[in-house]
Amino acid sequence: MAVTGLLLVLFLVAHMLGNLKVFTGETSFDHYAHWLRDIGTPLLPHTWYLWIQRTVLTVAVVAHIVAATVLARRARAARPVKYAHRKKVQGSYAARTMRWGGVIILLFVIYHILDLTTGHLNPQGDASNPYGNVVADFAPERWYVTLFYTLAVVTVGFHLRHGAFSAFRSLGQQTPKGERRARTGALVLAVALCAGYLVVPFAVLTGLVS
Amino acid sequence: MNLTLRIWRQKGPEDKGRMVTYQVDDVSPDMSFLEMLDVLNERLILAGEEPVAFDHDCREGICGMCGLMINGDAHGPQRGTTACQLHMRQFSDGETIDIEPWRARAFPVIKDLVVNRNAFDKIIAAGGYITAPTGSAPEAHSTPVAKANADAAFESAACIGCGACVAACPNGSGMLFTAAKVTQLSLLPQGQPERYTRVIGMVDAHDEAGFGGCTNAGECTVVCPKGIPLNTIGRLNRDYLAATAKRGDTPGT
Repeated sequence: MAVTGLLLVLFLVAHMLGNLKVFTGETSFDHYAHWLRDIGTPLLPHTWYLWIQRTVLTVAVVAHIVAATVLARRARAARPVKYAHRKKVQGSYAARTMRWGGVIILLFVIYHILDLTTGHLNPQGDASNPYGNVVADFAPERWYVTLFYTLAVVTVGFHLRHGAFSAFRSLGQQTPKGERRARTGALVLAVALCAGYLVVPFAVLTGLVS
Repeated sequence: MNLTLRIWRQKGPEDKGRMVTYQVDDVSPDMSFLEMLDVLNERLILAGEEPVAFDHDCREGICGMCGLMINGDAHGPQRGTTACQLHMRQFSDGETIDIEPWRARAFPVIKDLVVNRNAFDKIIAAGGYITAPTGSAPEAHSTPVAKANADAAFESAACIGCGACVAACPNGSGMLFTAAKVTQLSLLPQGQPERYTRVIGMVDAHDEAGFGGCTNAGECTVVCPKGIPLNTIGRLNRDYLAATAKRGDTPGT
């Protein structure tokens, strides 16, 4: 869980920084999107790097889900008779929504790929003009798309708030001081990623990017 | 105080079990929770009924025998307190209190509120020992121990093995217990020879017993009557990673 999760976090950071290029204008953003396909050239042929990254990420996502499923099944088997009176988990909201939050994130990722990678669910869906796709996607009359993106990104934020701390703990973070740091770091990471991801659709919604 | 109790009654391991409602009147707020159950049992015996079976021994909060899920809280609403040390003043007159046994596959119910915690003994047997010459006591200063390590080891050694961590864990994991038993030895010089076989052996025993996996939810440390901190599990994780890197999967002997 920890290793695959941290790998996915690295991707999330890179993806967010790439998204922010939208504020540098249409030419720059589209150039960035096309450059992604040329990373590693001429050593690697066109789009090879991208496919290597996609393969690694897919393996990480699948391994992450397999590990989560194993844990969930073990948890279910470990308590065959449920409590008649069960309080809510006293730990954080983030900790107790990890599993269903993860399912929501998976559904969102599938939608997101169909929307802005393949373009099938995008109103424009022009692979040569990602800037236009983004602007068309988050247009004010498609407010429900922005709403869904917001909910999904906030879910990712909650997932990271517990997940990042938990990953450090699994990898051997062992002191109370370090625990406070890891928890604070996870919270900062979650908030920063949420803000970085949400600023793009809201910029389009408010007309800042058009 | 007059209370309504809903208590889990189960005749034996094979019985299905059910919640049964009892009325207990004239409870003193100065009674402990177990004394309140004693009062109920005396009345049940006088009425010719089967008394409620529950575990208890020292009633001083140090033996780890008592363990009740009280209104969904392991050991009841007061933090850092075992059920035997819980006073009835924590409850209000007329309240309905749900009392259930620990729920875990590794802790099968023997009768009513009594569960079998042999799984914990198996975890301890898998690595809860050191190699030391017996005989006269060694010179106290011959093995220096850093104060911070001594304190952290003592914190872990405070574990009384009551099982509240398992009972409260959303995953039914016994990792806080296992971590306490691993680190109370692995932090001290005397525990070094078996350090890495210990952690693998104890985690294997934990998993074999049918406990769930830890997801760092942090529920265990909240209900722990001895306040074993959550970072104890981090110490176990670090030892486990080092052990698997060093020794492959050689378990403890």
